[in-house]
Amino acid sequence: MDTQLDTEIVLRGVAAAPGIAIGPAYVYSKQAPRVETRAVAGEDLQAEVERLRTAVARSEKELQKIQGFAEQKLGSQSARIFEAQIMILNDAILMRTIEKRIVAEHRNAESLVADEIGKYKRLMLAAPDEYMHERAHDVEDVMHRIIRNIQDQKLVSRLEGESIVVSEALAPADTVILSRNPILGYATDFGGVTSHAAILSRSLKIPAVVGLRTATKTIATGDVVALDGYAGCVVINPTGQTLDALRQKAQRLHEFEAKLVGLAGLPAETPDHRRIELAANIDLHDEVEFAHAQGAAGIGLYRTEGQIIGKGAYPDEEQQFREYKAVADAVFPHPVVFRAFDVGGDKIDPDGHHEANPFLGWRGIRVLLDRPELFLGQLRALLMASVRKNVRIMFPMIATVQELLVAREYVRKAKAELKTRNIPFDQRIPVGVMVEVPSAAILADELAQESDFLSIGTNDLVQYLMAVDRDNAAVASLYQPFHPAVLRTLKMIIDAGHRHHKPVGMCGEMAGDPLATIPLLGMGLDHFSLVPTMLPEIKKIIRSVTQKEARKVAEKALGMSSADEVRDYLTGVLRQRLPDIPLE
Amino acid sequence: MIEREITIRNRSGLHTRPAATLVKTAARFQAEFFITKDGMEINGKSIIGVMTLAAEQGSTLLLRFDGPDEEAAADAVVRLFESGFDEH
Repeated sequence: MDTQLDTEIVLRGVAAAPGIAIGPAYVYSKQAPRVETRAVAGEDLQAEVERLRTAVARSEKELQKIQGFAEQKLGSQSARIFEAQIMILNDAILMRTIEKRIVAEHRNAESLVADEIGKYKRLMLAAPDEYMHERAHDVEDVMHRIIRNIQDQKLVSRLEGESIVVSEALAPADTVILSRNPILGYATDFGGVTSHAAILSRSLKIPAVVGLRTATKTIATGDVVALDGYAGCVVINPTGQTLDALRQKAQRLHEFEAKLVGLAGLPAETPDHRRIELAANIDLHDEVEFAHAQGAAGIGLYRTEGQIIGKGAYPDEEQQFREYKAVADAVFPHPVVFRAFDVGGDKIDPDGHHEANPFLGWRGIRVLLDRPELFLGQLRALLMASVRKNVRIMFPMIATVQELLVAREYVRKAKAELKTRNIPFDQRIPVGVMVEVPSAAILADELAQESDFLSIGTNDLVQYLMAVDRDNAAVASLYQPFHPAVLRTLKMIIDAGHRHHKPVGMCGEMAGDPLATIPLLGMGLDHFSLVPTMLPEIKKIIRSVTQKEARKVAEKALGMSSADEVRDYLTGVLRQRLPDIPLE
Repeated sequence: MIEREITIRNRSGLHTRPAATLVKTAARFQAEFFITKDGMEINGKSIIGVMTLAAEQGSTLLLRFDGPDEEAAADAVVRLFESGFDEH
């Protein structure tokens, strides 16, 4: 790092397992073993076959050990991940094929292990579904294990002292083995909330942040890092102030969490019986289970781009349909809001399109309207997944009423196509607008009139409204979700929706900020959708304040003149009401 | 050589557990056992091969048995598919 030592750097990712960890980083690079193809002399062929057999036997022993460990630590369900790997090691046909080729081709064992097992890995990666991709990783893991054992290399998994493990991605076996050592937390470049590493971290109760993109490049072994598994960020070289704040947060959260047990089953309802739709934001269908466990009543934002990540290309219509159907079925009878592909901006871009100013460029609905085939395909997939009538569609980055009308025209077209093919779907599927561009906020009345619901995307709305890139450290302090300018805009959008009897929700980060809950309730927000980890806390707040009180708080905040004033006021309100709630 | 066509009935398809049962059953017989799905043929006695098929509920597989006990092998394997791998 060529940054000054006293500068802290914040990396944002996805909160995968709750908790806060502070400590030295250990950058764990698990390089794939190098495989060379060598010729083996006739008299050495039998010894080469033996090398393979010994390595396979040793691999099996290792995996059994890991499996036993996982079983004891995580329960038999999680340990099953390793069962499939052991079965592959016991695949007599596979091993015989490799042995035969060693003898017939006079080639070294590891090159043929890579060749034969690699073949299956590629086939699995070519399969359309996520499940098979996960299996491909398992297969690759076994392959590397055998090769490493043939080459007699030991994988370093013993760390010195307590550390926060930073890696590109973690295989299930890594997570388990590493957890034998005193691990404080995990930070990875890749992966979503559903990756094995994330799921196992949650079971192991180790804080984790995934999808940090540049963690392994930015962090060096030995750097002090603070990992916040609630907010989904990692701070490198944290200042004393940041550390104090995080330590306090950890302490408070720890105490607070004990009081949240049992809340998941209760409704998100104010004491004066205003029922709030409290839902979760997710990227893949595997996350539904976790969201449910946290008490989500539905999914308020399903980011369909999640399926592009990992593939680097748009999934085809069939792959989309299968994923959407799986989500809709898992969420039923609750509703799920699917946001149409939102590519561009800082998001993923399968078209390889680059522009100087992506936030003001070709993104969201603009891309979809320019690519009718892509858009229609996604709409058909969503419609086909809507037979149980719990699917809602939302358009990202709407800036004009015209865009919404054209987008709705495509929905009509997709419906007509399905009708002629006699494919069933929900005729009255709700179609909504993500309000995240200031022009859309100003046009909220017309947009509400022409749609079935509005959902406020605060992350972008605040950036566009305040004209500030929050990843730009020079101006990031102007990113102020609590600025009265932002609050008044939110109020304007909510009122516009209600004038047309349309529900208004929020799916931006602000919906998961405890400080924002009371004023948002007071402004009349109907639907909160947030990271699953924050659900119990937000529900607790909703259940502690009447609509009448919340309205008063909102009115007062709306009349203030600076973000600091609003924050101080809201902090006071929350402290008084729920003294044990953890705040930043 | 005999061939049989079957449709997968159990909900989870040929995922890990049923795949293991299938391979174990086939291994009891001398007859060679191959499975074809969508033009891809794999050895039905190889777990990694069966996993690669990604055969889901409703997909159709062509089973081929070749060897002295092919009749018995075919019966045992087909029974397995018909019972839905005893998945409840």
